[in-house]
Amino acid sequence: MQIAREKKIEMLQSMLLSRRFEESLTELCQVEGKIPGMMILCTGQEAVGSGVCAALSSEDVIISNHRSHNHLLAKGADPRAIMAEIYGKATGCNKGKSGTLHLAVPEINAPCTTTVVGGGLPIAVGVAFSQQYKKEECVTVCFFGDGAADEGSFHESLNLASLWNLPIIFVCENNLYAGAQRYEEHTRVEDIADRAIAYAMPGEVVNGNDVTAVYEAARRARRRAIAGDGPTLIECKTYRCRGHGESDHQLYQPKDEIAAWQEKCPIPRFRDEVLAQELITAEELSAMEATINAVVEDAVRFAEESPYPGPEEALEDVFVE
Amino acid sequence: MQQLGMGQAVKQALREEMTRDERVFIAGEGVGVSIHDNPMLPTAGLLKEFGPTRVKDTPVSEAAIAGLAVGAAAAGLRPVVEIMFNPFFTLASDMIVNHAAKLRYLSGGKSTFPLVVRIKSGAGFGAGCQHAHNLEAWVAHCPGLRVIMPSTPADAKGLLKAAIRDDNPVIFIEDMMLYFAPGPVPNEEYLTPIGKAEIKRQGRDVTVVTWSKMLGVALKAAEQLAPEGIEAEIVDLRTLAPLDKEIILSSVRKTGRLVVLHEATRTGGFAGEVCAVVMEEAFSSLKAPFRRVTGPDIPVPASPPLERFYIPDEKQLIAAVREIL
Repeated sequence: MQIAREKKIEMLQSMLLSRRFEESLTELCQVEGKIPGMMILCTGQEAVGSGVCAALSSEDVIISNHRSHNHLLAKGADPRAIMAEIYGKATGCNKGKSGTLHLAVPEINAPCTTTVVGGGLPIAVGVAFSQQYKKEECVTVCFFGDGAADEGSFHESLNLASLWNLPIIFVCENNLYAGAQRYEEHTRVEDIADRAIAYAMPGEVVNGNDVTAVYEAARRARRRAIAGDGPTLIECKTYRCRGHGESDHQLYQPKDEIAAWQEKCPIPRFRDEVLAQELITAEELSAMEATINAVVEDAVRFAEESPYPGPEEALEDVFVE
Repeated sequence: MQQLGMGQAVKQALREEMTRDERVFIAGEGVGVSIHDNPMLPTAGLLKEFGPTRVKDTPVSEAAIAGLAVGAAAAGLRPVVEIMFNPFFTLASDMIVNHAAKLRYLSGGKSTFPLVVRIKSGAGFGAGCQHAHNLEAWVAHCPGLRVIMPSTPADAKGLLKAAIRDDNPVIFIEDMMLYFAPGPVPNEEYLTPIGKAEIKRQGRDVTVVTWSKMLGVALKAAEQLAPEGIEAEIVDLRTLAPLDKEIILSSVRKTGRLVVLHEATRTGGFAGEVCAVVMEEAFSSLKAPFRRVTGPDIPVPASPPLERFYIPDEKQLIAAVREIL
């Protein structure tokens, strides 16, 4: 399948933006008092969100999880609003209510980031049901990790989505770790994609560090969903380079394993490919990186200069009055 | 005025709202084709009227049913889903407690989740504790949820219609024994406001705060006390969250005495909340300590005499009233 030059450039840009955004968070979260709470990063997994979101329309909906920064930025979220929310500022996309773990950006059709493992799956079914009910030409993507495939909600959701033939793409981002458990320690099947058989839906394993492979799989799944052929389970094999939060020293992840996967980093691989295909010149790439650096610096500056919400604003937004 | 059981009143509300607004759909286990073909039940016949696109029978998947509601509401529909029996709420609770109740807050007020979860509830049909367990205090404890527990068919209809039109997640708890007790329901269209209690009987000597099926017990007790010159005022909460504090406080300020009556078990029950509100805001009006009349702290037993022992009755309420008079 041919992928247009513009699409490849878009995916490269989206991965670079996520990476730069999270590299800055890696440093900032170490500064005492700067960023509250946990910092869970998807550094090294960018090909998944960037590849999937490149296959979506702006009306398509994504539901995200703990490692949401890449998904949201790839879907088009404003880096300023996301960064300010991570800082807990009033200008954040959720006015400081959600923090890094529950970023909700309904304006880009990313209404829910849930950190209840597996919690996004039944909600995605509901969104896809609405798309089917309203006869909309769009789909819902649910991103979840390998750990979520152990939850009961996984079974209930895939069963119902298949039964009702809903326009949904289940994207399992298998990064080989669920908390401190390695994949083999929590799941017996080699491929989570095999579980699709149990729901009479196609299941596909893709190299989650190959953004074009992810994009192509998502595009196929989207086409099926729009044609009324129902859901697809895509398992993207990737690797959790960061811990379950930046305070996790990853003592349970072998150092040589981390090093080996860093060699398979999705970004240099794709950047070199795009350069080799002469889709972009080295100068254009440098300019792109400089722009991205400036966008992230601007987002950080915006977040730092923004005010905190007033304490009593905690009482707002519980109900529609 | 028409005479309807609460199930029929609920069905009228569903039918009217589904007719008025195409975004409204219903889903749940057996909401279309049911193992019970009793016309007194709330969704009987709706599949025939509205078809399978809007009346969705689901697999036995409570988490998916509740998640369906959350996602569909986020995307602009107005789902009304059913949890077959109150104890099964636990299987749906992550979607309701962690998601329906919190996602608007987490969006900073950008998103709305206009959904209704109807829960069939109440002891009295001999099925035991995994089919009967009143958990209203659990849900009332969760900010972000409205909790409604009607006691009459008329209130059930008006409140369910209001719940479907409300932009917040609503937990609507129906006592199944009330399905089979017909009462008057206005023929013309009406809405009953959420968050407003109602005085179902005026009195000057003691305030009885109650809701759902226990309203019947309270009214019976009041009739038995009246010949002795004891006039009980009966406040039917109808909505637990938001709680209509004003009506409770004004009644207690008038009578100076309070008994709270509910079917749910005692410890951590919602009576504690009602009593705490009165202690905080109307302590000086109290002429006597309050009393709680509730189910005992046991699972609902199955055998008829044991189950009757569990469900609070008018004798217990009358005894509590006498203690504080």
